[in-house]
Amino acid sequence: MRVALFLTCVNDTLYPETGRAVVTLLTRLGVEVDFPAAQTCCGQAHYNTGYRHQAEPLARHFAEVFGEYDAIVTPSGSCGAMVRELYPRLGERARAEGRGGGLAATLAPVVPKTYELTEFLVDVVGVTDVGAYYPHTVTYHPTCHGLRGLGLGDRPLRLLRAVKGLELVELPGAEECCGFGGTFALKNADVSAAMGTDKVRSAESTGAEVLCAADNSCLMHLGGTMTRLRSGLRPVHIAEILAGTEEDGEAGR
Amino acid sequence: MSGTFVGMPAFPEAARAAVADARLRGNLRHATHTIRAKRARAVAEVSDWAELREAGKRIKDHTLRHLDRYLVQLEEKVTAAGGTVHWAADAEDANRIVVELVRATGESEVVKVKSMATQEIGLNEALEAAGIRAYETDLAELIVQLGDDRPSHILVPAIHRNRGEIRDVFRERMSDWGRPAPEGLTDSPAELAEAARLHLREKFLRAKVGVSGANFMVAETGTLVVVESEGNGRMCLTLPETLISVVGIEKTVPTWRDLEVFLQTLPRSSTAERMNPYTSTWTGTTDGDGPTAFHLVLLDNGRTDTLADEVGRQALRCIRCSACLNVCPVYERAGGHAYGSVYPGPIGAILSPQLRGTASEIDASLPYASSLCGACYEVCPVAIDIPEVLVHLRERVVEGGPMVREGNKVVLKPAKGHAAERAAMRAARWAFSRPGALRTGQRLASRTRRLHPRTLPGPGKAWTATRALPAVPPEPFRDWWRRTGGGKEGGK
Repeated sequence: MRVALFLTCVNDTLYPETGRAVVTLLTRLGVEVDFPAAQTCCGQAHYNTGYRHQAEPLARHFAEVFGEYDAIVTPSGSCGAMVRELYPRLGERARAEGRGGGLAATLAPVVPKTYELTEFLVDVVGVTDVGAYYPHTVTYHPTCHGLRGLGLGDRPLRLLRAVKGLELVELPGAEECCGFGGTFALKNADVSAAMGTDKVRSAESTGAEVLCAADNSCLMHLGGTMTRLRSGLRPVHIAEILAGTEEDGEAGR
Repeated sequence: MSGTFVGMPAFPEAARAAVADARLRGNLRHATHTIRAKRARAVAEVSDWAELREAGKRIKDHTLRHLDRYLVQLEEKVTAAGGTVHWAADAEDANRIVVELVRATGESEVVKVKSMATQEIGLNEALEAAGIRAYETDLAELIVQLGDDRPSHILVPAIHRNRGEIRDVFRERMSDWGRPAPEGLTDSPAELAEAARLHLREKFLRAKVGVSGANFMVAETGTLVVVESEGNGRMCLTLPETLISVVGIEKTVPTWRDLEVFLQTLPRSSTAERMNPYTSTWTGTTDGDGPTAFHLVLLDNGRTDTLADEVGRQALRCIRCSACLNVCPVYERAGGHAYGSVYPGPIGAILSPQLRGTASEIDASLPYASSLCGACYEVCPVAIDIPEVLVHLRERVVEGGPMVREGNKVVLKPAKGHAAERAAMRAARWAFSRPGALRTGQRLASRTRRLHPRTLPGPGKAWTATRALPAVPPEPFRDWWRRTGGGKEGGK
C-alpha cells in the first residue's frame, strides 16, 4: 500500500512537529509513508471565503500530486473534510456551469482514499492502541469539520483512552465550535475571540494540562488565546500524543 | 423587508457591541443552552427522526418545484370556502392591501397573532402611519412592543430580556397601551403572565379585526394552520369579525397528510415539546362560527427570485423553528439584533441576503456571520444545508455573477471593499500552484522569524488583539523531510 502524507500548508509551515510525529507514529505501526514534495494547499480558505474558482486549480493540483497513491493521510480534520465533502461539489458545480465533467473526473479518485489521521489508524490500520505513552491529563476538543464534516465519532477518544499514562477528562460543551473558522477569525474577530475564550475557559474548568485536537488550525486559534489569557493549558495535536512512547520519555511540545 | 432595520451597521460592528454586553450575553447563553438541551432530548425520543427530516425536506422540495400549481389550487379552495385571496409582490403591496382592508371595516385597531411575515414587511409601522394601532398579543411580542424594542429571535422575540427587565417594561409601559400592570408586580413568571393576560384580555374582547400569519397553508382544502404555545393566537383567529392573514407563498403544503410530518418536527425542534399546545386551522368562513370575513394576502417579497437560485432555494424549506439559532455559537454571542433583519441567526444569514439582495453593507456581511461549524445543518428539521448556502452567497458577494432580481435575469458585479482580499486570495492561489514558491516563502519566513512583530497592523490586527501569533519554526516540514530523507537519517 502506497500511503502519502498530506500534511497541509498550515502544518508544513507552522507546525512541522506534527508532521514529524505522524511520520514517527505511522512508521512505528509499519506503514511506509511518502511525502510528495509538490503538495501545497487544499484550497479550503479560497472555497469557504467565496473564491470557489480560485480553489479549483488547487484542488486539481491536489489530485495530480496524490492521485497515484492508494491512501492519503492528513492530520487535519478540516482539510480532510475539504477533500471529502467539498471536492465533489467543486466538480459538480463546474459541470453545472457547462465546463464539462473534467474537474469532477480528476477529483473523483482522490476523494474516497483521503483519510484523516485518526480515521486512518482505526479504520485502515485497524488499531486503537498505538503503543503510546503520555503521562498527562488531557481534554479533547472534537473540531467541527472532524466531528460533523468527516464524522470521526469517537475514534480520537478511543485512541487517546488507549494511551498509557494519559488521563482523559471530558470537555464541557465539547461539540461547540472554538470560533476559528478560517477567515471568520479575521472578518468577525470579536465573536471569534469570544468563542475562543469560552472554549479555553471550558477546557480550564476540567483541570487538564493539555487541550488536544486533531487540527492545528483550531489549536492555533486556541493556543493564541491561551497565551493572551495566561492560561496554564497547552495546545497539543493528537498526533504528537500518539507518537510518544515510554522509551522516548515524555512526548509533546 | 421591514424599514425597522434600515441603517444597521454591518454584522461585525453590530456584533461587537453585543459581545461586550455582559448582561445580554448572559441572557442569551442561559436561554439558548436551556432550549438546546431540551430540543436534543425531545428529538432523541423519536426513533424515526432521520426519516421525518428527510420526509419534510422532500415535501417542501416537491411543493417548491410545483409552487405555481399549488398556489393556484390554494386560491381556488380559499375562494370557494368564502375567503378572498390577494397577491402581494412586495412589502409595499402587502401593507397597502392590509391597510385598505382594515380601513374598509371602519376600525382603527387590530389584534395580531405573532407572525414573521408581518414583521418582515413592517406591517405594524405601515398601519401606524395609516392611523391604525396594531396590538401584539403573543407574550414575547408584547414585551418587545411595550419596550419599543426589536425582536431578536424567531420564536422567542424577547430572548435578550430577562425577567427583571420584563417586569420593568410592564410596570413602565403597559398603561400607555391599555390596562396598566397590577400594583407591586414582581418578576415571578406567574405574576408576569397574569399581568399580560389581564392586559390582553381587554384587547381580545374589543377587537373587530385580527391579523395573522400562518405556519402552513394546505392547498387541497384552502386551510390555514397556526401552531402556538399560548392560545393568544387562537383568540385573535376566532373572536374578531374580520381576519386578515399575511403569509409567505412558500408556506404551502399540498395535503393535510403532509402536516403530519411537520406537526412532529416543528414543536420538537422549536420549543422541545412533543406536540404544540394549540393547533388552529381555518378554512374560509363559516356562518355563526369565527370571523365573517377572511382575507388571505399571499406574499412574495423576494421569494420567487430566491426560488430561481438552485443552491439558495433550499432556504425556502424553512419552517421557522429556530433550532439553528438556538444551537449557533455565533448567534449566542452576537444576539439577534446584530443580523439587522427579522430573521436572525444562521437562517437569517442565508434568507435575508436572498430576499433583500446583497447590495447593502449589512446584507453583504451576513453570509460571513458564521464559522461554518455546521451545527445549524445538523439540527435543521428540513435539512437546509446552511453552510453550503452561506458559501454560495459569499461567492455572490465577492465574485458577483448571474441571478434573478424581481423576476429579471441580472448579472451582479462583485461587491466593493473586497479588493485587498481578492488580491491576497489570488496571490495565495498563485503561490500554492507552485510548490517552489511556497518553499521559498516558508524559508523566508523561517529565516526572518526573530524579526516577526508580536502584533500585526491592518486586517491582522483583529487577530493579535486577542490572540498571540504562532511562532514560525526554524525549519518547515518539507525541509526536514528532505534533509533527513523522510526521517530515516535521524535529526528531530
